[in-house]
Amino acid sequence: MELTTIWFLLVAVLFTGYFILEGFDFGVGMLLPVLGRDDRERRVLINTIGPVWDGNEVWLLTAGGAMFAAFPEWYATLFSGFYLPLLLILLALIARGVAFEYRNKRPEASWKRRWDHAIFFGSLLPAILWGVAFANILRGVPLTADHEYAGGFFNLLNPYALLGGATTGALFLTHGAVFIALKTVGDIRDRAAALAVRVGVATAVLAVAFLTWSLTIRANTAAIALAVAAAVALLGGLAAAYARREGWAFIGTAAAIGLAVATLFTALFPNVLPSTLDVAGTLTATNAASTPYTLKIMTWVAVIFTPIVLAYQGWTYWVFRKRIGVAHIPQH
Amino acid sequence: MDALDVARWQFGVTTVYHFLFVPLTIGLSILVAILQTLWHRTGDEKYLKLTKFYGKLFLINFAMGVVTGIVQEFQFGMNWSDYSRFVGDIFGAPLAIEALVAFFLESTFIGLWIFGWDRLPKRLHLATIWAAAIGTNLSAYFILAANSFMQNPVGYRINPDTGRAELTDFVAVLTNKVALITFPHTIAGAFLVAGSLLVAVALWHLIRRPDSPDTPAYRFAAKFGSWVTLISATAVMITGDIQGKIMTQVQPMKMAAAEGLYNTESPASFSVLTVGSLDGSRELFALKIPYLLSYLSTGDPNGTVNGINDLQAQYAAQYGAGSYTPIIPITYWSFRLMIGFGLAAAAIALLVLWSQRKGRTPTSRWLLRAGLVMPLLPLAANSFGWIFTEMGRQPWIVFGEMLTRDGVSRSVSMGEVLTSFAAFTLIYAALAVIECKLLIRYAKAGVPDLTPDPDPDDTDDAERPLAFAY
Repeated sequence: MELTTIWFLLVAVLFTGYFILEGFDFGVGMLLPVLGRDDRERRVLINTIGPVWDGNEVWLLTAGGAMFAAFPEWYATLFSGFYLPLLLILLALIARGVAFEYRNKRPEASWKRRWDHAIFFGSLLPAILWGVAFANILRGVPLTADHEYAGGFFNLLNPYALLGGATTGALFLTHGAVFIALKTVGDIRDRAAALAVRVGVATAVLAVAFLTWSLTIRANTAAIALAVAAAVALLGGLAAAYARREGWAFIGTAAAIGLAVATLFTALFPNVLPSTLDVAGTLTATNAASTPYTLKIMTWVAVIFTPIVLAYQGWTYWVFRKRIGVAHIPQH
Repeated sequence: MDALDVARWQFGVTTVYHFLFVPLTIGLSILVAILQTLWHRTGDEKYLKLTKFYGKLFLINFAMGVVTGIVQEFQFGMNWSDYSRFVGDIFGAPLAIEALVAFFLESTFIGLWIFGWDRLPKRLHLATIWAAAIGTNLSAYFILAANSFMQNPVGYRINPDTGRAELTDFVAVLTNKVALITFPHTIAGAFLVAGSLLVAVALWHLIRRPDSPDTPAYRFAAKFGSWVTLISATAVMITGDIQGKIMTQVQPMKMAAAEGLYNTESPASFSVLTVGSLDGSRELFALKIPYLLSYLSTGDPNGTVNGINDLQAQYAAQYGAGSYTPIIPITYWSFRLMIGFGLAAAAIALLVLWSQRKGRTPTSRWLLRAGLVMPLLPLAANSFGWIFTEMGRQPWIVFGEMLTRDGVSRSVSMGEVLTSFAAFTLIYAALAVIECKLLIRYAKAGVPDLTPDPDPDDTDDAERPLAFAY
């Protein structure tokens, strides 16, 4: 396999990991005002992801770094082109990350309420905007022959991209509800499970519509197969959620997100950012790539360290495997 | 003011701001790990109290470092896309490795440490803070290797077809002599901040609450912090001296700009301060130390130091017409402020140690005042050091290869970059106020009373509250 293909795959894997992991973090954040009826319940929700959210977010940093190292043209064009959406994502992630750490540092209700807003909007915005961004990547954007983005902000808010945003928002919401049902005990668990099924049905409709539309833009056999698998995984996850098989439900929604991201990347390949303006502007895994020497070094680093990272992150989830409920929340 | 200027201001503001939190994270992670190790080794509860106390301050600061760091990872692509295209083949690799090798380690294990008090066996829990601290310090190496490429590009060639820099020797990039000396200098500077924070907080409790039952803990923290400050100040000076000589070799203009030395001199003196105009036209008063600049630059008190005028002429001949001179008042003063603030912190550390000699307890109000400003001094020294090293590289973004003005994103409009600059500045300012207030609140609260952490192997009590929760 070509080195550029390997790195296209690796970037896809990193974003897939990011969306599966931070997907439920976003879901938990969006459900904070819905499922958390009082401070103790909200703290239960936040603490389901407390030990892991930061490690989950590093998947994004690694994906960004991998793009920079392996496909500098892609990194440069994409992030300068999608300037304002990315700015909003960054501001949201700043507010949200600080909120987790600071929310319980003072007892006043007004203090906590403010950070709750930061967590809610800080989760909602990226959950939607990532969908908008990836839909636009697949759809293509106006690029000049020297790979400069030539559209404006509103160019990115086309109906297809907005459907993409609604889809990721809904997917992460469902995924988060399923995760909460898996990680909590008591009343919260029951409400999360019930909500997962209700939101899940709407999510399935959105996801099928979005994936179908995506495949009409560009498709290949593998992408179609992956999209079908994503839909099946989502429906399976929802059935499991309905049956209160929470472990399976989580595997289902996680697989659905992973397969949906894989669908987009597979449909995109070998392009990484198609141009709707000038075909010469289209960025591909070849013309956006670094030199083989850089890719070879980075491949070695990835081969050695990715399994290590997966092992200790997996171990973290094992350490914090216990469900928590309101009884587990300390006074301070 | 155009989009380029705003992009530069944004990079400067967000990076200096980010680096207010990073030194404390680098230094305090290790110091907290040492405190916890001391508790582990001696069983003395005072160390556990200090671990939890400074650990809390560490985490309040850590969160800010993490979230402001995300911006750094994407800002190159957003605002400096032509730079990213030009150096991505080289510069992206250490950034990606930093995330994969260091950030994952740091973030995952810090989560384990925060929430793991009642979930992990004691030894393993101790290992988690060390893993996080090692991750933090490793990340510094990779990002400094990336920055050093901008100061002294090595291990690359320019592809004549694409005009882009391509990596030819990754080991050379990682062992860039600028990186090898900048790393210990930066780490020592970080410990200067962390040691000073230990001292400031402990001193406040010692002087304001002399009859506290936790006085032995604060005494230890003040002494430990003072020694850390003094040792790291020494390390900062030694590494800074070596760094200055390397800088003179690879970026002679930066050394000339540090002194505002217009004409080549041998021997050259170092001015502690100058009153007058720094464009060399007029000098009203200057306090000068003879031979010192020659020594700092070359190691020889009679060594020749090239002046700005000669270097400017040489660069104009080499790279074409244009100005290759940084803004001299900024480089001149930032260089002096870096040194001055660092030395001031070390002097206060000496006073604190003196005040505790032979078991005495410090009582002086003046010492308390000095102690409270102490952490701000190395923090300012760190900022001025970076302002010096980055402004001293100008007009280059990659020395000798790419001008800063050629690296900016062409597709990002003035409106967009103004929006992001305003947004970052506002949110950062608000968070700075919140963070400082929280730090002061928790610093004043003092070391916590200990409640024994439940045995992680005891699974009978499934309903017991978590040892820590957000």
